[in-house]
Amino acid sequence: MKIIVAIKQVPARDSQLKIQSGAQWIEEDDLTFEINEPDAYALEEALQLKEKHGGEVVALCLGPARAASTIREALAKGADRAIHISEESINGLDTLAVAKLLAGAIKSEAPDLVLTGLQSDDLGYGQAGVVLAELLGVPHATIIMQVSIEGGTLRVKRELEDGWFQFVTMPLPAVLTIQSGINKLRYATLMGIKKAKTKEIKVLSAADAGGAGTAVSTLDRVYVPLRTKVSTIFEGDAKSTAAQLVEKLKFEVRVL
Amino acid sequence: MATPAAPVSTIKGGAFLLEARTPQEIYSPEDFTDEHRAIAKTTEEFWAKEVGPNVEAIQQGDKALAISIVKKSAQLGLTAVTAPEEYGGMEMDMVAQMVVAEALSKDGSYSGWHGAHAGIGTTPVLLWGTPAQKEKYLTKLASAELIGAYCLSEPQAGSDALAAKTRADLSADGTHYILNGQKMWITNGGGADLYTVFAKINGEKDKFTAFLVERAWPGVQPGHEEKKMGIKGSSTTAVYFDNVKVPVENVLGEIGRGHIIAFNVLNLGRLKLGPFAVGGSKNVLAISIKYAKERMAFGQPIANFGLMQHKIAEMAIKTFAAESMTYRVVGDIENNLKGWSWKSENAANSYLKAVEEFAAECSYIKVFASETLDYVVDEGVQIHGGYGYHQDYAVERAYRDSRINRIFEGTSEINRLLATGTLLKRALRGQLPLVAAVKALQAELMAPPTLSAGALSPAEEENRMAANAKKLALLCLGAAYQRFMDKVEKEQEVMAGITDIAMNAFAIESVSLRAQKLAALGKGEMAAAMSAVFCREAMDLCEQTAKVVLSACAEGDTLRIMLASVKRLAKYEPANSIGLRRQIAEKLIVAEKYVL
Repeated sequence: MKIIVAIKQVPARDSQLKIQSGAQWIEEDDLTFEINEPDAYALEEALQLKEKHGGEVVALCLGPARAASTIREALAKGADRAIHISEESINGLDTLAVAKLLAGAIKSEAPDLVLTGLQSDDLGYGQAGVVLAELLGVPHATIIMQVSIEGGTLRVKRELEDGWFQFVTMPLPAVLTIQSGINKLRYATLMGIKKAKTKEIKVLSAADAGGAGTAVSTLDRVYVPLRTKVSTIFEGDAKSTAAQLVEKLKFEVRVL
Repeated sequence: MATPAAPVSTIKGGAFLLEARTPQEIYSPEDFTDEHRAIAKTTEEFWAKEVGPNVEAIQQGDKALAISIVKKSAQLGLTAVTAPEEYGGMEMDMVAQMVVAEALSKDGSYSGWHGAHAGIGTTPVLLWGTPAQKEKYLTKLASAELIGAYCLSEPQAGSDALAAKTRADLSADGTHYILNGQKMWITNGGGADLYTVFAKINGEKDKFTAFLVERAWPGVQPGHEEKKMGIKGSSTTAVYFDNVKVPVENVLGEIGRGHIIAFNVLNLGRLKLGPFAVGGSKNVLAISIKYAKERMAFGQPIANFGLMQHKIAEMAIKTFAAESMTYRVVGDIENNLKGWSWKSENAANSYLKAVEEFAAECSYIKVFASETLDYVVDEGVQIHGGYGYHQDYAVERAYRDSRINRIFEGTSEINRLLATGTLLKRALRGQLPLVAAVKALQAELMAPPTLSAGALSPAEEENRMAANAKKLALLCLGAAYQRFMDKVEKEQEVMAGITDIAMNAFAIESVSLRAQKLAALGKGEMAAAMSAVFCREAMDLCEQTAKVVLSACAEGDTLRIMLASVKRLAKYEPANSIGLRRQIAEKLIVAEKYVL
């Protein structure tokens, strides 16, 4: 079975973020980067499926040159080879463009299964996997907690709201977006790190992957959410202030 | 990608005193490969997930837990970074080993277990074991199936290890030795399965020999856990040997050459103390900055105050110096090991020679790095105020854990004597042209001072300071030798003083060259500020020490002339160190950790 895992490199979670002048993105100079957390679980799931069913795990990453370290980490953990769509300005790409490039790189590989994290730690749209499935013309399921494969069919457990789960049986090939925490991540061993050097990383340009096309949405502005706290003092006697309060709670705050 | 350090053909130990280097010639963490960075990352993750949550339990003496973590770390390869693959090792370079040591250094107790096993517990078999011994023991040490320990010290033999009383007598049938004696301060003593034990055959002085001794053999008995000031969760015991039958095939290395093993293992241990102390310092710096940002006084975080910023900056500057010195030496050793592998002829020997070449520098690292860590934990406690004195705060433990580093792997005093002793020995053997350098310096100092060719750039000024600090060391060496001749080694204060000057000269050069290297990479602002402060403080220390040393070596007009030279050499363009420290601290406070 051939499994492709789409991974993204994002700023490390404990980063101190500073917004670029122009407010189009954050300053990246002093940041350290790591694998997007849900993608790490997707990779682990792929490696465990390979251990059970055999086959091959291919790590696929769209990102600038620095993303190579994250790709190497995936190889060190056990991915067999990797594809790097090398694109310096990924922050200017919208979800559709990202999915198009990933799909462009995936098509010729004809994988049995594509896994990716349910969303990215940096932008957090949670859309790339779904749009990717649409472009590949295969079914998908999101927020996956468990994956099992029997006789060419896929059975997955989805996380719904309020403690509910859903089990879905679906055909292969398919795209699954994986929830964080569903398995136990392995460490990159020193021997794995050593061997990763000899594994293949195929580098594609955006054009090689079929091009990103025209953006259908644009990132307007990056800003830190403003903390707003407005106090209102009701004037008048007890009866009229109570009436004003009830009106506010009913129609503005909508808690009554 | 960092530019790798430009190769220098071969570098001689101690030659830094006589030769200038360029920024590209010194190795630094900026030269780490992606592989080294990946190793650091995976080791840090391991520490955070496996050691971090268990620090308290290890501290309370849960040996089984500590050992289980060491065994788990072996699955990642962290216990056998350099060992050959055929014995289960990772067969990686020395930098990789140092990177692992640094990443495991956040808690002294765990690193006691890990370091004693993977370092002094494994190194003897790795380097001196026969193929059969390696097959039998090294493979199991690499996988941590066996935990190792190293038994050198005795109740009456510490710094003078050769005074050991433990003895081994050959049995009548010649098949085994009977081992009798007591070892003291054995790290991992209470949890090890295999001990490397040093003993004198027939009690004879020239028969000091190493043996591989299994814990399971009759007559081997570890004592109770010592009640230590710090690293309380590491195991430290005496180990008793009562008529233990050791098969002759368990003699390690040559009979009568145990001291070669003992001293070389210590060289390596001293070097490794560098990344260990650097990692520990970075950790305490980070927790102290976080505290200083949270703790309010007079209506604002104490991190805003100048005196707190002074501490934070100084902790980072000293750490930067220790880090620069450590990795420079590691790089020099690696440079001399180019083309080396375990398959090379006499592999173990040439490996040891490459390390031994830098014995003096290894001593500098041991002294400088352990004193840096002690400084950092002390100021860390001070930043925490009363809470720093409370056991609920990690800095309190770090403070106690740090103290041992100035004692083990050869005390700081022994290392101060050894470092200059090594340089003198090499000079007498004609391996290091110190005498010529001292003569040239004396001639230079007699000549009228040359006028400087205009204002120097900050980097040029620091290069000049590095050169002059080395000259102060040479001036003192020359004067001490003239005064005491071959008895100079008995003058401990003089020897240690010269070491302090040479060590600081080495530090000044390592720091300023690395700052220049970072500047060339476009990341030099912080390092330049650190270097400006450090070089001047270190130069003041060199000047002060040179005065003390020279005053013991000469008198009258001769002394006065020498002291005038000291004054001339120690001069520098002033810098506003208060302003620079504030600037350094500001960046550290934003980052909440050691950054450059």
